[in-house]
Amino acid sequence: MSNAKLPSTVRKSKGDDLVATGNQDYVTMTIADQLFGIPVLQVQDVLGHQRITRIPLAPPEVAGSLNLRGRIVTAIDVRLRLGLPGRTKDKAGMSIVVDLRGELYSLMVDSVGEVLSLTNEDFERNPATLDPRWREVSTGIYRLNGQLMVVLDVPRLLNFTTVETA
Amino acid sequence: MDDLLSEFLTETNENLSVLDVELVRLEQNPNNPELLSNIFRLVHTIKGTCGFLGLPRLEKVAHASENVLGKFRDGELTITPEAVSLILQALDTIKSLLAVLEATEAEPPGDDLPLIERLNLCAEGKLGGAPVAEPPPPPPPPTAPAVAAAEERPATLDELEALWNSTPGPAAAPAAPAPAPAAPASTALAPRAPEPTPEPSHDLVVSEPEPAAAKPPAPAPAAASTGGGGANDGNAENATKESAVAAQTIRVNVDLLENLMTMVSELVLTRNQLLQILRSQKESEFAAPLQRLNHVTSELQEGVMKTRMQPIGNAWAKLPRLVRDLAHELNKKIDLQMLGADTELDRQVLELIKDPLTHMVRNSADHGLEIPADRVKAGKTETGRITLNAYHEGGHIIIEIQDDGKGLAIDKIKQKAIQNGMASEIELASMTDQQIIQFIMKPGFSTAAKVTNVSGRGVGMDVVKTNIEKIGGTIEIKSVQGKGSTFVIKIPLTLAIVSALIVECAAERFAIPQISVVELVRAAADSEHTIERLKGTPVLRLRNRLLPLVSLQQLLKLDDNEASKKAEDETFIVVTQVGTYTFGIMVDRVFDTEEIVVKPVAPILRHIEMFSGNTILGDGSVIMILDPNGIASATGEMAVGDVAGKETTAVQTQRQEDKMALLLFRAGEGAPKAVPLSLVARLEDVDVTSVEMSNGLPMVQYRGKLMPLVPIDPNFMLGTEGRQPVLVFADGDRSMGLIVDEIVDIVEEKLNVQLAADRPGLMGSAIIAGKATEVIDAGFFLTQAYKDWFGSGGNDGYEEEKLQRVLLVDDSPFFRNLLTPLLSVAGYDVTAVENANDALALCEAGEDFDVIVSDIEMPGMSGFDFAETVRHGSRWQRVPMVALSSHASPRDLDRGRIAGFNDYVAKFDRDALLFALQQTLTEHKGAA
Repeated sequence: MSNAKLPSTVRKSKGDDLVATGNQDYVTMTIADQLFGIPVLQVQDVLGHQRITRIPLAPPEVAGSLNLRGRIVTAIDVRLRLGLPGRTKDKAGMSIVVDLRGELYSLMVDSVGEVLSLTNEDFERNPATLDPRWREVSTGIYRLNGQLMVVLDVPRLLNFTTVETA
Repeated sequence: MDDLLSEFLTETNENLSVLDVELVRLEQNPNNPELLSNIFRLVHTIKGTCGFLGLPRLEKVAHASENVLGKFRDGELTITPEAVSLILQALDTIKSLLAVLEATEAEPPGDDLPLIERLNLCAEGKLGGAPVAEPPPPPPPPTAPAVAAAEERPATLDELEALWNSTPGPAAAPAAPAPAPAAPASTALAPRAPEPTPEPSHDLVVSEPEPAAAKPPAPAPAAASTGGGGANDGNAENATKESAVAAQTIRVNVDLLENLMTMVSELVLTRNQLLQILRSQKESEFAAPLQRLNHVTSELQEGVMKTRMQPIGNAWAKLPRLVRDLAHELNKKIDLQMLGADTELDRQVLELIKDPLTHMVRNSADHGLEIPADRVKAGKTETGRITLNAYHEGGHIIIEIQDDGKGLAIDKIKQKAIQNGMASEIELASMTDQQIIQFIMKPGFSTAAKVTNVSGRGVGMDVVKTNIEKIGGTIEIKSVQGKGSTFVIKIPLTLAIVSALIVECAAERFAIPQISVVELVRAAADSEHTIERLKGTPVLRLRNRLLPLVSLQQLLKLDDNEASKKAEDETFIVVTQVGTYTFGIMVDRVFDTEEIVVKPVAPILRHIEMFSGNTILGDGSVIMILDPNGIASATGEMAVGDVAGKETTAVQTQRQEDKMALLLFRAGEGAPKAVPLSLVARLEDVDVTSVEMSNGLPMVQYRGKLMPLVPIDPNFMLGTEGRQPVLVFADGDRSMGLIVDEIVDIVEEKLNVQLAADRPGLMGSAIIAGKATEVIDAGFFLTQAYKDWFGSGGNDGYEEEKLQRVLLVDDSPFFRNLLTPLLSVAGYDVTAVENANDALALCEAGEDFDVIVSDIEMPGMSGFDFAETVRHGSRWQRVPMVALSSHASPRDLDRGRIAGFNDYVAKFDRDALLFALQQTLTEHKGAA
């Protein structure tokens, strides 16, 4: 937790994502009016509303599983993962499918936006005062025009053991 | 070409190319033990298979290479580029030998002594950095100078550089290793080019190195055909690596198949949707093409499925020969038994367990079984037995490898563990035998006193374990000193296709593997099954047993807002069996069974033990697969169930298990009634209007004959319309209908008539399905229909202080079933068998009886012959015998007495029979 300049910190944690030019492409999404981003290379698919099979006894963040072209995808309610109230029933929502060690996960968000190409200059480490839950799953913040974008770290987002023990 | 050989070629070629890459990597990372042990295993495998296939020349080269690698692994030799080159050279030799082998189906004559000598020298550490006195045999073809240069003397980097530059094409790479430890820059030299083929011996038929483009286009098929012919090797020169074998089989990446299957599933779903649409439209021009699409899709699906499933026998195909050769080599006699060879396994699983199985069978043969002399000394047969058994059990595939050898030597394992520093003596002292046995699964462990070229190098069991665990399986060892050992491999059904029952609970659907489902019971207010509660715990009375129930809804914590109302009036119970524990799973609805491909659940859900996987159904929805094992262990003690099951059927007589199927019905007043099911020929529903009166009795025309109908209640009046259930009794060509009110159930229980009834037509009362039930005397009603069916009715029991055991031999199930209750109500303990041979088998088995009642006319051995056999030297020669026959003429009586019967009774006369039995027994007692 040093105050070193930010891009270098990022390079350490997710080295191969950053290119030499310092430009990164992110798929953006909104959850409870907050903008989030996931590196575009980690995204497999963007889905609209899907029929989801509930999984009893699963952690609350696991919304269920769904069939994506013959593959079983585990759906994660990102709202609950971030400690936000669940989505109201009337809004359909969207999903971003990511791959983690050969398994597909569908991240349920409110809506998916455009792909942004961002420079490292706008990147900033998580503020120390950020909600611990968010800090755990985020690699940092991009300062955009008029709003901030939280970069989600997919492996950490899908690591539930820390949630259970906490 | 021999299947075995072609498989060997494919496999070995694959292994060789892996080895090429791995060796070069090893050279760059000499301190990577994982890499080294992988290389070692691969070479070990090649050596092993060569040995079994009887390829001595290949085996020798591989063995020598393995020796060197072994020294590397044990740290006795440092990994030098020279040594690596030498091993690479040995591999190249193996490759060229393989090429010839493929073309001619035989190893080329000659040997590779120079190479082997150098390998041995190297193994002894004498090859070190010193230049080799003798240059490697004949100068290799132009592609390989680099290799040769590298191994002959420590080349300087410059020289190598020069050589590399001067060598054309991709073949140069392997040259580089020389400076490896000093110059990490050599990473640039990886990966090794595929085919530098140095020619170590003169008499090889030279195979052209790659590239394929250099070949004329024809040779591959040509080689395939001539290769099959065997002797003709005119084309041998053209037969390069990927000729015959490659032409016949294609190795396809399993991922590709997986993908293919996914796509086919999608296609099936789409087809189903199309067909659905078609059904709603009466006439459509799409109908015909859709039908075609339908068929093609089905076939495609089937075909793709087939590519994945293979009987386990495929993995065993090599074993008989392997065992035979081993037996030969080790001078043992081995009998290999293979059971369940058609158990189907997912291809991927099969591939992964093939090597472990081979290893284990080899181990059993080599370490497990003793040599014949020792076996005889231990009091066993000379021939040792190895049994392979595969079957499905509780959603797993179980493979057992069992030998009747000497078992695992615990003491030796202990010693070895101490020797290898795996455990201290103190640690070992506190371990159970089971824990000690586990050591044989550790890498580098071998108890074989000497290292044979069959096994004993300490690769093997750890490979087995790694491979099995890779597919999520477990391996269990049981060993009894002196009796043999059993290895049980349990592979989860994860990759297999299973049939599953689809159920619904709280509006969610789940799959239950059909394999553990015993039956389905519907419980509702209006059915005879209702769920009762013991302090809130639901139970179900099922055939006079209490079945513990598990509410899926509670178990899975499903919320039950709208579903609860429904659950009240109707519940389905899936009776499930796990091991010996039977329990019921309560669900709201039961759908169909479906064939499903089990897919593992996502890692974040693996901790939920209620599910064994998930799958996609035909309609495209995802569904969780319940794991009965998990549910059982989550809900109750495993032991409770089977104890409870038996106690209710305990009876006063000594022997158990003589259960009888009983038909329960209601008729007239009073308790429910029962009759042995086997007495009843059919259950019929008679239209009352078709009943006619004849000779004062109601009759129906039944199968072209008149069948009298007899009511149980003499005052019973037939209605004028509607239908009447009737139990049809038949014997020979006579039949009789017994009119009843309602047929209730069929239960299986030991019939234990407790009270002899004083009413005609009743044999007595018994507890059946937990209720007092009247057992009817079918014989009484038979005589009502046909006066001559039997003698008279009436029933006075002949009491004995202690139950006399009666053996009843009669071929007619009708009479057996009639007489068994009749005699047991009279106080006898009856054992009924259907022919004389069975009776004699009981005699052999050491059963004792007080009296034998036997029919005369029986297929096979007649009653007379039976009596003679018994009387002449059997254990039973003093047991009184009563003959039972419909032919009761004086002549028969005489014949019976001559044969050895003490008494002779007409078949229909039950009083006479009971009397005769009593007479015979008292007489016999008096005489004794």
